[in-house]
Formats: sequence, C-alpha cells, structure tokens
Amino acid sequence: MESSVQTLGHGEPSRLLASGLGWRRRAVNVVMTTLIAAAFVLAMIPLFSLVFEVAKRGIPGLSLEFFTEDARGVVGGGGASHAIMGTLIITAVASVISIPIGIMAAIYLNEYGTGRLRRALTFFVDVMTGIPSIVAGLFAYALFEIFFGPGIRLGVTGSVALSLLMIPIVIRSAEEVLKIVPDHLREASYALGTPKWKTITKIVLPTAFAGLVTGVMIAIARIVGETAPLLVTTGVVDSMNTDPFDGRMQNLAVYAYNEYRSPGVMKQAAYDKAWAAALTLIAIVMILNVAARLVYRRYKTEIR
Amino acid sequence: MADRLFSRTAALAAVTILVLLAGVAAFLVSEGLPALTASASELPEGKSFVDYAAPLAFGTVLAATLAALVAVPLAVAAALFITHVAPPRIALTLGYLVDLLAAIPSIVYGLWGIFVLGPRMVPAMKWLETKLGFLPFFDGPASVTGRTMLVAGLVLAVMILPIVSAVAREAFAQSPRRLQEGAQALGATRWETIRMTVLPFGRSSVISGAMLGLGRALGETMAVTIILSVSGAVTFNLIGQANPSTIAANIALDFPESSGLAINALIATGLVLFAITLVTNMGARAIISRQERV
Repeated sequence: MESSVQTLGHGEPSRLLASGLGWRRRAVNVVMTTLIAAAFVLAMIPLFSLVFEVAKRGIPGLSLEFFTEDARGVVGGGGASHAIMGTLIITAVASVISIPIGIMAAIYLNEYGTGRLRRALTFFVDVMTGIPSIVAGLFAYALFEIFFGPGIRLGVTGSVALSLLMIPIVIRSAEEVLKIVPDHLREASYALGTPKWKTITKIVLPTAFAGLVTGVMIAIARIVGETAPLLVTTGVVDSMNTDPFDGRMQNLAVYAYNEYRSPGVMKQAAYDKAWAAALTLIAIVMILNVAARLVYRRYKTEIR
Repeated sequence: MADRLFSRTAALAAVTILVLLAGVAAFLVSEGLPALTASASELPEGKSFVDYAAPLAFGTVLAATLAALVAVPLAVAAALFITHVAPPRIALTLGYLVDLLAAIPSIVYGLWGIFVLGPRMVPAMKWLETKLGFLPFFDGPASVTGRTMLVAGLVLAVMILPIVSAVAREAFAQSPRRLQEGAQALGATRWETIRMTVLPFGRSSVISGAMLGLGRALGETMAVTIILSVSGAVTFNLIGQANPSTIAANIALDFPESSGLAINALIATGLVLFAITLVTNMGARAIISRQERV
C-alpha cells in the first residue's frame, strides 16, 4: 500500500495502460463502487429507522398534559413539565458556566497563546472532548460531595457535569471561527493605535459573531440530551423544582430512562411517555441544529 | 491596564481547562481511594476491587471493540462515498445526514436498540447460533429478548460511526488531486484511484479516527445500560442471555441506589474508565498532531 503512490510515478504504468480495460479490473471497479455505495446506504438505515420509530411511538404520548403537568402523586398519568423545566434550567446554568470560559479560552488560544503552552492546551482540550460523560458526572458528584456530604443531589451539580462536556466543544468551534477572521482586520486596527483588547472586543468578536453563536448553539444541542451525567448528579423527582441550588431536579433524558426502567403498573402509558420525551429531546436537538445553520447563513459577515 | 486585565482573563480561562482536567483526576482518585484500600468483605458483592472491576473492564473493552470493528469499515466506506463516489452536488447534504447521527441523544439510541433493533435481531442471532455456533462468539443459546452484547455493540457502532467518518472524510477530501488525476490519466478505474491514492493518504487519519471512535464507545453509557442484560459473566458469547456489564453501564445502574463504600467502588471504576479512555484518546490525538506537523 505505502509504495503504490510512488510506483504510480515510476514503476507501474505499464500495468495500468495494458491494452484497454480488462474485464477483471472493470468488474472489481463495479463491485467495489457498489459496495461503497451499499455501505453508505446501510449506515443511513439506522438514522431513518430511528427518526421514524421515535416519531411513530412518541406522538401517542404527546398531549397538552405532557407539557403542562408534573407527575406528583399520580399513578401512571401525569406529565413531564417538571422534566422539561429541569432540562431548560440545567442546560441554561451549564451554558452560563461554559460559554464565557470556552470563548475566553479560545481567544487566549487564538490571539495570545504561543509556543509550548498553546500546544499543550490544544492537546488537552482535545483530550477533554474524550472524557466519558459518566465520568464527568462522577467528577461533579465527588466535587459537591466534599462540600455538602454524601448523597447530594442538586440541579447545579448536573450543570457542572455538563459544563465539563460543553467547554471543550465551545472552545473548538470558537477557535475555528476566530481563526478565519483575517489578519488584515487586526493589523488595520493596530495601525490606528487601538489596543489589543479593544481590537479583539470591537473588531474580531463582532466579525466572528455569527460563527460563535452557531458554535454555541451546536454545543448546547450536544449536551441537552445527556443522560448519564445527570443520572448520577441531579437525582429523580416527580414534582417541579425551579431552584438549581436546592434539591433534586428532573430532566427529560433521565425522565425517559426512568419511565422505561420503572414503568409501574401502567406499562404502556409509561413507555409512551418515555418515547414522547425522546421525541421532545430529538425535536429540541434538531431545532437547535437547524437554527444554528440559519443564524450562520443569515448573519455571517462576508469576509473578503 | 485594561489590556493586561483582558489578556489575564483569557489566560485564566485557558488555564481553567488544565485545572479542570487535573481536578477530574484528583477528585476521582480521592473519592475512589477508599474502595481501593478497603478489604474484600466491605465491598459490594464481597469481592476485592480487582475482582469486582476486572469483568467490567472486560465487558467495556469487548463492547467497544465490537463496535469499532463494525463501525470503522462502514464509516470509511461512507466517507469514500461522500468524497469520491457521490455527485459533488449532493455530497454536502449526505455529509450532513451522517453528522445527524452524532446529534441524536444516547438515551434515544438506547430505546431504539431495545424496542426496535433488539427484537429484529432475534431471528438473526438464532441463525448465527445454528450456522456459526462452533465459534465461541456465537455459542448460544441465543437470547430471545435481543438484550445481547451483539445488539449493544451494533448500536454503539451506529453511535461512533459519524465520529470515525468525519475524521476519514476530512482526510479523504484533502488527498492530493494531482495524484488522483495522475492515476486517472494512466487509465486507473475509480476504485484503483481510491485504492492507490486516497486510501494510502488517509490511512493514519482512519487509524486515529478509529481510536477516537473506540474511546467514545468505551465511555458510552445509556445505550449499553438499557440494552444489555447483565450477569457479570465473563464470556465472549455475543448472543447469549448472560453478558458482562460495562464500567459505564454498571455505574449508571448501581449509582442511584448505592451509598457508602459502594459509591467509592463505583467512582474507582470510573477512574479506571477515565484512564482507559484517556490513553486511547491521547494515542489518537498524538497520531493526528504528528500528521499535521509533517
């Protein structure tokens, strides 16, 4: 394999130029091209099956009640409003922690960082993207346990766990966007005597704004459906809780898991709600993804 | 003055990354340590920590390897299809479709695996048992519920496919045009062009992409938690009712109901998982960065 690139230049043209295309080479070509196309189709089947099944099984569980009621003291019935609210709050707090840290770190890496420290930081950001989500959850739990004692379950603990997963995503995408802001904009600004921090806040960031927003939205979409880290940090509860600093907080992903895992006496109703929660999550993720693309297309700064 | 403040803040944010990573390691060690030093009788199941963690580590590696074996060829083929076979006009859309696989939450994959894929795999696993039962992997008796290592591995494969494919796609798209045109000028067919110019160029990217996918599969939790019916058995049988659990799935299953030293034991297994994935990911990143420097 390694040598074939070179031999193309020096050794082997005679075989390739052999009188016309032999039937064997033609057949191999057709077979391999077909296999490649078939593999792609095979890889796409799960996506379509998944979207189709989630829609089919999720719609029966959707009702007004699902969005407006919590599940306090009801057997088999009730809604998921507490879980939806929990998902929104936990994700919002995680975003408040992650976005400033992520964007400032990206600014450091792209505008200030040099040499070995920069390389090390880039490497560790990459390593951080590989942290298993359950490990992030254990970290947040261990951190809060030290201050609040064993068995602690808080909404904000979940947010801290999600931040650990979100920060590297924000850094990566922000870095990509900052990188494509052309240097001549910065140089023009310096030429006018503008200090560096003002150049960054008034020239670089506004130019990159649409890209930054897009990156942040995609990062939110990536963490909003996380289950494992929340399972070990926020606990399970049936009623509405809007205070991330006080007591257990439910969220959609863990709600779906629990409806599946402990369906209780009304099994089908519980499964319906698990699928409805899954459908709601997919809808949130897809809307965020599409909106991110639209924002980018609508507001991106034309860079010449 | 303001300049100093701003650059210091940026540097502080960057250093936060290092502090966080060190913090993860430190807190996992400090909370896991009691389990590592405790005697066997105090730990869950009355086993020493090594005896407790070893089957879980085995299950983790087995599931992730299975997923990577299935996902890597498919991901490479999908990447080739998008970059070199499909009409360029629709390539972008196809790439977006593959990326969508990565956007779907793992809990949804889990539900899909147990309610949709699992039941449909039951006849296939029956077939594997009768035809290929002489292999240790298909020893049987085949599960009738579909909650097997094979199904879990397949779902994990779907989940890591977009990661592997994205890395491969980037490399394939960058493979030098002049080599491809040269090959075509010499009369090479499309497949020969791919085999002789694109694949050799992308080989190390494919390897690192495969390792990134492996790292993701090692730490993936919910899909395995939901799908696998676990017994703690150490077996290569992929289609049976009794399967080894994985570290991540075991934590998700046991953590909510555990207390005391059992929590420490779970955190210690989390530390093991962290170490395994860290090594895998650092290896993958080292390959990528070595390539970029060339």
